[in-house]
Amino acid sequence: MSYIPNTQQEQMQMLKACGLSEIDDLFSQIPTTLKLKQPLNLPGPLAEASLIKHMNILASKNINLDTATSFLGAGAYDHLVPSVIKHLVSRGEFLTAYTPYQAEISQGVLQSIFEFQTLIAELTGMEAANASMYDGATALAEAALLACNATRRRKVGLPANLHPEWIEVARTYLENQDIEPVIIPYQSDSGQIDIATMDASLAKELSCLVVQQPNFFGCIEDATGICSWIKNGDGLLVAAVNPISLGILKRPGDYGADIVVGDGGSLGNPLSYGGPTVGFFATSGTSLIRRMPGRIVGETIDGESKRGYVLTMQTREQHIRREKATSNICTNQALNALVATMYLSLLGKQGLRAVANQCLQKTAYLQQALLRAGYQRRFTGPCFNEFTISGDVDWAKVNHQMLDKGFLAGLPLQQFDKDLSDSLLLAVTEARTKEEIDEFSGLLGGYCSGS
Amino acid sequence: MNLAVYWGGIAVDHKTGVPLLMEKSKPGRIGYSLPPLDVPELSLDELIPKEYLAAQIPDLPEVTEPEVVRHFTQLSRRNHGVDVGFYPLGSCTMKYNPRVNEDIAALAGFSRLHPYQPWDSTQGALELMYQLDSYLAEIAGLSKTTLQPAAGAHGELAGLLIMKAYHREQGEEKERQEILIPDSAHGTNPASARMAGFVVKTIPSQLQGGVDVIALKDMVGPQTAGLMLTNPNTLGLFDQNICEIAKIVHRAGGLLYYDGANANAIMGIVRPGDMGFDIVHFNLHKTFSTPHGGGGPGAGPISVSKELEQFLPYPIVTKEDHRYTLTKPAKSIGRIKSFYGNFGVLVKAYAYIRIHGPQGLREISENAVLNANYLMHHLKDDYYLPYNQQCMHEFVLSGKWQKAVGVSALDIAKRLLDYAMHAPTIYFPLIVDEAIMVEPTETESKETLDQFIEVMKAIAAEAKEDPDQLIQAPHQTPVGRLDEARAARKPILRWRSKEI
Repeated sequence: MSYIPNTQQEQMQMLKACGLSEIDDLFSQIPTTLKLKQPLNLPGPLAEASLIKHMNILASKNINLDTATSFLGAGAYDHLVPSVIKHLVSRGEFLTAYTPYQAEISQGVLQSIFEFQTLIAELTGMEAANASMYDGATALAEAALLACNATRRRKVGLPANLHPEWIEVARTYLENQDIEPVIIPYQSDSGQIDIATMDASLAKELSCLVVQQPNFFGCIEDATGICSWIKNGDGLLVAAVNPISLGILKRPGDYGADIVVGDGGSLGNPLSYGGPTVGFFATSGTSLIRRMPGRIVGETIDGESKRGYVLTMQTREQHIRREKATSNICTNQALNALVATMYLSLLGKQGLRAVANQCLQKTAYLQQALLRAGYQRRFTGPCFNEFTISGDVDWAKVNHQMLDKGFLAGLPLQQFDKDLSDSLLLAVTEARTKEEIDEFSGLLGGYCSGS
Repeated sequence: MNLAVYWGGIAVDHKTGVPLLMEKSKPGRIGYSLPPLDVPELSLDELIPKEYLAAQIPDLPEVTEPEVVRHFTQLSRRNHGVDVGFYPLGSCTMKYNPRVNEDIAALAGFSRLHPYQPWDSTQGALELMYQLDSYLAEIAGLSKTTLQPAAGAHGELAGLLIMKAYHREQGEEKERQEILIPDSAHGTNPASARMAGFVVKTIPSQLQGGVDVIALKDMVGPQTAGLMLTNPNTLGLFDQNICEIAKIVHRAGGLLYYDGANANAIMGIVRPGDMGFDIVHFNLHKTFSTPHGGGGPGAGPISVSKELEQFLPYPIVTKEDHRYTLTKPAKSIGRIKSFYGNFGVLVKAYAYIRIHGPQGLREISENAVLNANYLMHHLKDDYYLPYNQQCMHEFVLSGKWQKAVGVSALDIAKRLLDYAMHAPTIYFPLIVDEAIMVEPTETESKETLDQFIEVMKAIAAEAKEDPDQLIQAPHQTPVGRLDEARAARKPILRWRSKEI
């Protein structure tokens, strides 16, 4: 299959017009010794139908969430997605455009980004948001860099109950710029950050303290208390939030967060084995907004005072400032941000509240059932859409047996922390029905030695 | 409503354009209905302490599905894409995006996978990643690939961290602080180098547009960590001294990083690994057409030499006894993204490589280079061509003849929009005055190229005869030239309800 329109005859005509006689003449500037002498060692071409067949075979080697019922979460959640989104987002004018450098013929993408920024700012309770980051983890790493830049401090407080992969990404970004991550412990019984035992002098050294809300174990943190601790030392609070939870939980802007980041995978994007999702990044105050990484769209007017949108505050960015830029980010996740914009507008105020409430209620329902079956709550902190249970069970083995029964059971936490070898992290979204939850809890309950 | 104007079949307010979603909101409307809650509902207070609860729900717009459809359809009609028309945006490779790849990435077997499923339940996904890793390594002429980076700049950061880890391994991390970058490089190169904790040193270009080898010799030393280069460079020229450049940098103990933004010129013709590069990134949204999505998602995998494999970010896919798993290289630089990269994008790139095969990929590069040379040949009498030699997949004109009569590269770009063509990249590379960087790609027909030539010639004539037409341009677009200075001076970054 080829998508090249020009026939061989036209190619010859064009070569001739350039004063060349054959295709190889186009590459005369490449030293002969460097040129490949044989074709690339790749499989041969496929017709479209053969490609589809091949891809179907590969896809069928995977068990997907249409065939298995999933209670997996840990940063990627199986939410319902309105059908209309895929139709709108696949419009070629969005799909096949790039960064809107020429504003006058890119008003569609620019306006949609302006809407995304508005929705994210509203959702998080912050003044402004950018056009998107790669994902929640990299957004968090960049938030920590911004905090260091703004406070001129070189330490970042990362709670041990932050998603382990986010901690690892932050480490990669920070340590190579000689910034020290300080791991903040959590209370082993509640699963929450333990402000009471933390040294107040540490707050004076940290550029920022990160709080994940809800945290990796699913527990809701006392964000207000955490915020006042870090503010007493003049550090910043970076909140990493699950956007769906903001249908119920206090907005970060309302408890004093300075920077809010998160992953918008839950906002209408397919799970897609973890990516692409979209990271969001919001902040308040001129000084932090002026240092924000990434693309930002602003409103302006044309010569006739017509409203329009442009990329703005570009002097922060790599293509203008080069090594002095606030970040190296260029291509981001525009189409996933567009999906999130569509999702948030389709659900609206009431819909987001309803999704959040269903996640909360169904999570509580499953948790109660598993406790009745004999499992223990590993952490006592209140939960939203996710919780950790413990039991005297070989979770890896149980997971495989549950998969045979059509369930993706949850995430064994042993791989992240040996002290949590008895623990399983489970998530429930609005997509799970009571019937599925009942069947699942019945089966999983059967493995509990306490039952 | 002010005065209704019609554009693309849409009646819009003359002053405000398409109303924002937030402006369309009416209390009580909803665009999606959930199944009713089927478990017993507990009161919120029983589940979550009151002090953690929101005092009020975020004020999201309340609109219905038909309104949302019409809204985004209207927005889409105010947007140019490759599907709409010619898009010769230099260094961005705006080629046709095969639709079959969209269908494939949307298969439930790919799009409905959770990243923490047991590996035994995702063998197809892991196999795809393993194969794509090897295909990209083959195209790069290197050994092993990480698929983690989400974009080119993200790949650059990962590649530079690998350089750092390599020098650490040699016990030279402290000494080797400098990354050499040509003055013609993409802005992401120096920005990434700084994020990786390096100091940037700029190498001048010589008169023919390549790296100034004499200057390079003077600049390298025990402080050199590496060199970042794209070849063909941002002028669209192949640097013929590449082997010597590689030798100089390697002899000094540095490594070579290949910015793959311009890889559409070289597939199956020459390989960065054979030129002496140690680390290569590919922009899958460019070269492998996964599409650009209005500014992402992309993917920026990097391939590295055998000796650098141990430093790759984790996880990487490993094959053992016909079973695929995710593993951590011995001296990995760490994790750079959650989960496994932009998997949905990887699926499309894999499909693109499979549908083309080795000969097809070569033909892509051949035709990309042919189309660029054809345009350059026909435009060089009307626009100054600072580097008058055969080009690769793109070339850079200068608007300096037009500037002499008061017309800037920006004016030329804006006038092109009136002809329903996207403008080339302008004011880049920085080493060319009034730069106009044109990359047609291989999927444009001769008729489209001829049309572009005709329009560019007409604009060049207009610059002489009626410069105001250009300075005031565009005239045919939904909005006229927008005031960017105003936007930056008093930033309005979000909509706010008038009542507040």
